[in-house]
Amino acid sequence: MIQEKIREIAKDLLRTKKVDLVIGFGEWTLPLRTTPLFIRTPEGADHLVWNSFCENNLAVYLHKFNQFKVGVVVKGCDARSIVALTLEKRFKRDQLFLIGVPCQRMVDRRKVKRAVQGEILHAFEEGDQIFLEGEEFKTTLRRDQFFYSSCQTCIHRTPLHTDVLMGDPVEESPLTEILPEVKAFEEKSPEGRWDYFKKEVSRCIRCYACREVCPMCYCEECFVDSSNPKWIERGQLPSDLMFYHIVRAYHQTGRCSGCGACERACPMEIRLTYLTQKLNQEVKDLFNFETGIDLEASPPLSTFRMDDHQDFIK
Amino acid sequence: MKWKLEKKDFQKFLQGLMEDYDLFAPVKLTEGVSEFKKINQPEEVYLNQLFTQKPAKEVFFPQSEVMFHYEKRGGQTQTISLEEIERERILLGAKPCEIKAISIIEKVFMSGESIDVYFLEKRRKTIIMGLACNHPLSTCFCTSTGGSPFLREGSDLFLIDLGESFLMEGITGKGLSFQENKFLKEPSEEDLNTAQLIESKAFQKVDSSVPVEGIEKRLDLMMESTFWNRVHEKCVGCRICTYLCPTCHCFDMVDEGGPQRGQRVRNWDSCLSPLYSLETSGHNPRPTGRERTRQRIMHKFNYYPKIYGQVACVGCGRCILYCPVHFDIRKAILWTSPKRPKKYEERSSS
Repeated sequence: MIQEKIREIAKDLLRTKKVDLVIGFGEWTLPLRTTPLFIRTPEGADHLVWNSFCENNLAVYLHKFNQFKVGVVVKGCDARSIVALTLEKRFKRDQLFLIGVPCQRMVDRRKVKRAVQGEILHAFEEGDQIFLEGEEFKTTLRRDQFFYSSCQTCIHRTPLHTDVLMGDPVEESPLTEILPEVKAFEEKSPEGRWDYFKKEVSRCIRCYACREVCPMCYCEECFVDSSNPKWIERGQLPSDLMFYHIVRAYHQTGRCSGCGACERACPMEIRLTYLTQKLNQEVKDLFNFETGIDLEASPPLSTFRMDDHQDFIK
Repeated sequence: MKWKLEKKDFQKFLQGLMEDYDLFAPVKLTEGVSEFKKINQPEEVYLNQLFTQKPAKEVFFPQSEVMFHYEKRGGQTQTISLEEIERERILLGAKPCEIKAISIIEKVFMSGESIDVYFLEKRRKTIIMGLACNHPLSTCFCTSTGGSPFLREGSDLFLIDLGESFLMEGITGKGLSFQENKFLKEPSEEDLNTAQLIESKAFQKVDSSVPVEGIEKRLDLMMESTFWNRVHEKCVGCRICTYLCPTCHCFDMVDEGGPQRGQRVRNWDSCLSPLYSLETSGHNPRPTGRERTRQRIMHKFNYYPKIYGQVACVGCGRCILYCPVHFDIRKAILWTSPKRPKKYEERSSS
């Protein structure tokens, strides 16, 4: 069982002091959720779990622990973020021990909650089913009906360049080629796209959770926080909300692993991945580049080649 | 004084209120997301979500608020202060926990030497029609923090959803002034019994075991505890827990514009953000998540109680439900108490 293997590896890493700590997932108080755990003793490793609710991208914590040797549990997308961060020289690869888990695609807790009446008090999964229990109901749902949208289009579920892989590699094919939302967005007129974007970001409360959970957002000073020069006002004007979201998405171009952590974090349920997925697709089409696959290739927007596309210069 | 309002009359009742007041109530923004807003049409009122993401504090203390305009004319700078609101307001559909939270903010903004005119003006001109919490969630712990899902205190008029109708209770003079309203009827014995049954059921559902009692004293001894070294680790430093908190009331002021004209704006701020305590010199007295998480917990459960004699948490559970990394403040409270699990050092999280 994957969970047992993760615990064993973590124990071994800590016992032999190959790492200072292991970052993984643990059960906590809410059903359909896990929480990031920071394990420092071999016994502590017994708290590690693996299931379809391990939705966080743990690569985000590596900035905090860049002075340490860290073992970290990674899905396909998380591993890609780590490759991208290593290329950006955020840490040395040999500081890390990547415990790769071929990902079964993560389950969208909000979709599950909406599928039932009443509060879900207990949830567990077995095979392809999720069992739910509330005060006045018991029900079973099919896991594959409730994947996060980012997980539906994921091609690289088996983490690459890991130190150890928990289980056999999984099939490298997406459930849907293009995110339905991206497709719908592409089909809209420029005005329609603008309206959709505007409507989504109008709910933004500037909590910056989308920024904070993203491993790629590590600027010492984010442009929204800079007061000299001041690029953006601090209030709730629609123009400022739009500005933040446009720049956030742009800064991800060629760097985003498509993990979807930003969208999951948003308390206002703003759709965000249609933008980043669209940008990822553009980068793939134009530069034949996918984030975090190749250990050597620099992200296309941080380098140049003499034969780069120039036809956009008129 | 108790009345009954049939749901079929509800929109007409609201329409009537809107003739005399600006009505603020939850509005649905998208599936699963709602917000307190000024109501233009009665049908916008959306009471089906247990609570809005941003709490009712926003009606009195908006996330972003222009305080005054300034303009240079001749050699003089003139300012126009914007605290005044034109119409009296009704806040409808706020839950007992977030109404209690308003009284917690009032103590800071409306007592002592410094009165916040922006908050005061709105508070003074607002009638609160609270809505009982019939179906608390497992994350609710209002009874642990001195509240209850049916707490009337703070409401002028208190509504209980009976299914086909609302039972309304006049709590204050302001609330009782609605007794002449033509849509209000005499409730039956059965209505009153139903309401009582719902109330006792709701009360039983809420977790009253979170050890808040005595936490101020316990935290007195914990400023340098190793507890803080671990409890913050998973926090990524976003502002969800503070912005969505009904009692959090920190703000930052900025001037927008130039030397000729502009405006002063205040925006919500959050102690979880590194920028919050960053000083002009570049020094930050709360340089890491350790100090920032400590500040959040200390302010709610130690500093505020020291001044005002009660904790600044109403147990609504928003911070638990919406945290992207599943921080649970109930666990943080538990771990300050003698009831804490023995091996808590092992677990790095809260």
